[in-house]
Amino acid sequence: MKDEVTSREERIDNLKGMGCSRKRVEDARFTQGKGNYVDDIKLDGMIFGDFVRSPYAHARIKSIDTAAALEVPGVLAVLTAKDLEPLGLHWMPTLAGDKQMVLADGKVLFQGQEVAFVVAEDRFAAADGIEAVEVEYEELEVLVDPFKSLESDVVLREDTVDEAGKPVDGAHGPRKHHNHIFTWEAGDKDPTFEVIDNAEVVATESMYYHRTHPCPLETCGCVASMDKVNGKLTVWGTFQAPHAIRTVVSLITGIEEHNIRIISPDIGGGFGNKVGAYPGYICSAVASIVTGKPVKWIEDRMDNLMTTAFARDYHMTGRISATKEGKITGLHCHVTADHGGFDACADPTKFPAGFMNICTGSYDIPTAFLEVDGVYTNKAPGGVSYRCSFRVTEAVYFIERMIEVLAIELNMDAAELRRINFIKKEQFPYTAALGWEYDSGDYHTAWDKALKAVDYDGLRAEQAQRVEDFKAGKTRSLMGIGLSFFTEIVGAGPVKNCDILGLGMFDSCEIRIHPTGSAIARLGTISQGQGHATTFAQILASEIGLPADSITIEEGDTDTAPYGLGTYGSRSTPVAGAATAMAGRKIRAKAQMIAAYLLEVHDDDVEFDVDRFVVKGAPERFKTMKEIAFAAYNQAIPGIEPGLEAVSYYDPPNMTYPFGAYVCVMDIDVDTGVADIRRFYALDDCGTRINPMVIEGQVHGGLTEALAVALGQEIAYDDMGNVKTGTLMDFFLPTAWEVPNYETDYTVTPSPHHPIGAKGVGESPHVGGVPCFSNAIQDAFRPFGNRHTNMPHDHWRIWKTANELGLHG
Amino acid sequence: MSKKQHYKITVNGKEEEFLAEPRELLIYTLRERLNITGPHIGCETSHCGACTVTIDGKSVKSCTMFVAQADGKDITTIEGIGGPDDLHPLQNAFKEHHGLQCGYCTPGMITRATKLLEENPNPTEEDIRFGMAGNICRCTGYQNIVKSIMAAAAEMNAAKEAAE
Repeated sequence: MKDEVTSREERIDNLKGMGCSRKRVEDARFTQGKGNYVDDIKLDGMIFGDFVRSPYAHARIKSIDTAAALEVPGVLAVLTAKDLEPLGLHWMPTLAGDKQMVLADGKVLFQGQEVAFVVAEDRFAAADGIEAVEVEYEELEVLVDPFKSLESDVVLREDTVDEAGKPVDGAHGPRKHHNHIFTWEAGDKDPTFEVIDNAEVVATESMYYHRTHPCPLETCGCVASMDKVNGKLTVWGTFQAPHAIRTVVSLITGIEEHNIRIISPDIGGGFGNKVGAYPGYICSAVASIVTGKPVKWIEDRMDNLMTTAFARDYHMTGRISATKEGKITGLHCHVTADHGGFDACADPTKFPAGFMNICTGSYDIPTAFLEVDGVYTNKAPGGVSYRCSFRVTEAVYFIERMIEVLAIELNMDAAELRRINFIKKEQFPYTAALGWEYDSGDYHTAWDKALKAVDYDGLRAEQAQRVEDFKAGKTRSLMGIGLSFFTEIVGAGPVKNCDILGLGMFDSCEIRIHPTGSAIARLGTISQGQGHATTFAQILASEIGLPADSITIEEGDTDTAPYGLGTYGSRSTPVAGAATAMAGRKIRAKAQMIAAYLLEVHDDDVEFDVDRFVVKGAPERFKTMKEIAFAAYNQAIPGIEPGLEAVSYYDPPNMTYPFGAYVCVMDIDVDTGVADIRRFYALDDCGTRINPMVIEGQVHGGLTEALAVALGQEIAYDDMGNVKTGTLMDFFLPTAWEVPNYETDYTVTPSPHHPIGAKGVGESPHVGGVPCFSNAIQDAFRPFGNRHTNMPHDHWRIWKTANELGLHG
Repeated sequence: MSKKQHYKITVNGKEEEFLAEPRELLIYTLRERLNITGPHIGCETSHCGACTVTIDGKSVKSCTMFVAQADGKDITTIEGIGGPDDLHPLQNAFKEHHGLQCGYCTPGMITRATKLLEENPNPTEEDIRFGMAGNICRCTGYQNIVKSIMAAAAEMNAAKEAAE
């Protein structure tokens, strides 16, 4: 028999299981132009919808006249809030417990807001129709600054006040002002203040983490098709959480959930943009119900940047205290969070500021206090997690900047300051002052490895020489050494505290083994480029002993996949990956009974070995998983049901806490403000590694998005609430020309509670990368008195920093 | 809405004749009229390159070209570059070197790279980074795209040498 002459190593290689750089199975179709993205879907009789959008950031709508539009050739219908109101669909619930207008109900709150939905035979006719819709606006005072909003008499949202004009409670408690959304606190206020007020050293800093946007290359869109004969609504769309979308659609339309089918086809990048529910989805569904035809709606790039899903926009003020020797004693953080016109943050419902309370970072800080105030302004809603777990980029940026500022205050090296404050390996599982229980970590080892790899002391010596040369007029270039050490909190999450609109954030996997020893597994997640079809098959291959190449992974169709909460916040591997392993183990348990029966021994007398069960102590007696699969379908085994299938719904006991150590070296031209990234070293510890090639790709991509955010990418508004960065001309997306080569490295500290020890990696490089790039810029100017400057560090802002520090003579 | 005109274009070796409004953008002609969905729409302002095709031997962003401007032209899309039975070395190299993730930019990226290698069969890393700067990728950070193009160039040069 062939198996007998194959070595154990060959059998392991043959599986292409965990730990190997398996080439991606997705790539054949993508490289040949055969992907199937939502805009590729074409149905018989399909028509197109597009929005009339508000040119004003804050205005009352006096009238909407659709008559001329309906005369435009090809235009079939125009929907306004009045048409949606009888259906109760003119407003929709947001994920954050607020509600949002689907179409402008009497007023608009941000530029680009959806006012009317024009349905036409093709996109060009829809565009003509949009031109012909006449909307009369009465401009109102615009509030784009959250601090001014909190002092203004202007009531942005009429549902925030009672008849007497007094603020009424919001979804997360009392309002301090009519434009205030919520206050969220973590930690102990009084003890923290006492420690800080009496500390030997205190560093205080305010920083603005600017508004930006995930901007996946494919915009958001959908095709809604109401089959009136069968009463079934099918919606294909760019959904990072298809099952949650189905439930939300059912709740707000009243259509029974079994009559709704949500399909996420291939998704051209998500990065958090495609988590939420948008007016386009609702309008397309209604238009399909009204016209009886499939309706396609696809955002253009301006729609995307201006309306769906901004990220960040956190004004953060911190105080950090320490002993003279640099041992941190306390941390206080206050955030004023600009949420725009509606609170549509995509966070677990009980966490209105996401996991911002991971802001004590990788450090053993005995006492801390965090308070976040959410505020309405005349900007687009969103507040999504752009390539990060919920608000974790903000938290990590905050602490990694505070560490740098404290280092300045202490006149200490920032690498050393980190080292003496890291949580020690033996302290894990570690309960942080703000409540999280970090599962595992070995920060000192990672830090030492990183500093050694870049010759940190050598870099500092070179930098000192450069400063001398600069002062002597020998160079106009400064050198910045950016450091960051981050701890993420991902894998939301335990149902006991993580839900979205009441839906527990577990995830799932269902496996069917086919008689001839291949398989299909379906998951509640959906890949947007992460390569799930490749990597989840690897997890299963190692768990069930069938080759990854023989396992199909399918996601995204709610009629076939088990219920799950989707892919964002690095939750796929920590949650659905765990479900996959657990479902695989159920398969293996049944396979063990079948094997024992076939080998005529007791269940306990066989053990799993790579791709087979062998009789203990008699390795020549075995049944391969392939043979077992066939037996499951063709033999009547007493006490065992035919077939070989399993399903697992996995509720994680805890989050996972990936971490990493990054170092960036930059040369900065003081006269042009151009920052040249000479070197970037990234060490990631994501626990057990499933596919090193895919991990490396995720790190490259996340770092590049970090570079973008740190060095130029922003959604900027003028005082009138006009979006100044609404196209790719103004919104910075790095090209191959601006991006350096990255050096990647790793340590492996498995998660103790995850079935395979994996922690997730897709977002770490973004979370850790942003402060690293920013710190490099700030570090270059530290010898000249710089403490902190706000991102994005574009050439102009860098030049300005140099100028303000008197470096232009 | 303007009057429909008669146009004739060649796409991937096949002649296509149809009536269309002159304002129709070429990317829609390809994607919706001719069902050639490999080229994608990312920005409609010529910035991202997801819609890149080759027209009469030059890389063109088809989202900002009217169908009227393409009349009589010879167009190649990703579908004409290689398929299951005749993969282009670039298509293979992108898979081998993990030069793609979500795949949305990939058809435009590979289409552009075919021209780059035609114009410069021995590009340096800098040549590639400069020559590909009109095509944006949000996932890969470009490092593996550069690697893929380098590898494809080497493979194509070796094949050429072997044939000579």
